[in-house]
Amino acid sequence: MDWMLDKKRPICPQIVERLCIMIACEKIAAGERLMSVRDVAVKAGVTPNTVQKSFEQLEQTGVIYSKRGSGWYVCDDIHIAKDVLNHLLREKTLAYLNDMRSLGISDEKIIEIIKEYRHE
Amino acid sequence: MSEILRCDHLTKQYGNLYALNDLSLLIESGKIIGLLGPNGAGKTTLIKIINGLLTPSFGTVTIEGDSPGPKTKPKVSYLPDISYLNNWMTVEQIVSMFADFYDDFRPELAYQMIQNLGIDKKMRLKTLSKGNKEKVCLILVMSRNAKLYVLDEPIAGVDPATRDYIISTIINNYNPDASVLISTHLISDIESVLDEVIFIKNGRIVLHDTVDHIREEHGMSVDDLFREVFRW
Repeated sequence: MDWMLDKKRPICPQIVERLCIMIACEKIAAGERLMSVRDVAVKAGVTPNTVQKSFEQLEQTGVIYSKRGSGWYVCDDIHIAKDVLNHLLREKTLAYLNDMRSLGISDEKIIEIIKEYRHE
Repeated sequence: MSEILRCDHLTKQYGNLYALNDLSLLIESGKIIGLLGPNGAGKTTLIKIINGLLTPSFGTVTIEGDSPGPKTKPKVSYLPDISYLNNWMTVEQIVSMFADFYDDFRPELAYQMIQNLGIDKKMRLKTLSKGNKEKVCLILVMSRNAKLYVLDEPIAGVDPATRDYIISTIINNYNPDASVLISTHLISDIESVLDEVIFIKNGRIVLHDTVDHIREEHGMSVDDLFREVFRW
């Protein structure tokens, strides 16, 4: 229940995103075995059907693959998971920049502000 | 996926009052379903009919094709909204009572879950805290190997830690061949564990959809939509 999912967005894409981030950050290494559907369901506090669907989507996009009777594994090539992470970084950064610019703050000032607050 | 529960034109009338009004629904196996509605919407009436405790005025309900009765009792595991267990009994006595009553009851599983909670099986029910009592009741119900689990308000009046425990117990006991029907009005706590939600109001279904489809279509949580639908 510590996954802090956004209650306004569908759950399935959020699970997909989370797992991609964990893979891109190498919290789960390439080739390594993934947690079971049930483990993810309990941890995230979501229905096992949604997790199953998320795993299937990740399989279709080539991030993970299933071995019969032994579970799910991370593919050796993790560039898709990295793409997902980069896309998120870009979106979140742009959203932040837009907010700050709409407050009339210059880019130089934004950088200064980030430096000032980064340890908080 | 196979059909677990079917209601056709289910109606329950008390004089001029319709507790259920021409309600039809189908629940398939492998689903965790929320039965949501304000007080007096008809949730408990529906649940009591499913369990054969009330008979409909009109319409039918079947569990795997059978009407509520001796044939469906072994298939439906029911957690009522009020505890009916004897307070003087010990946890162990209640577990063996359940084992006597239900062929599909798995005492090892119940004891495992009770032990994980750190509850002594020699303790009498009356000495347990409210939260622990609720947990024991849920454990008993989930320890059966049933086709349909019907939980009436399992998370009402418990603290957040107990609620989380109840939610993970439901997920942990997930069985693709069975379905779980949970009635509640505390939606935000539970919506992420639900596959589908059924909104009922004045004895009628106003919405039956998947959680993700609701969020996608309305751009809001099921809880927010609930507040919108039931605004007065």
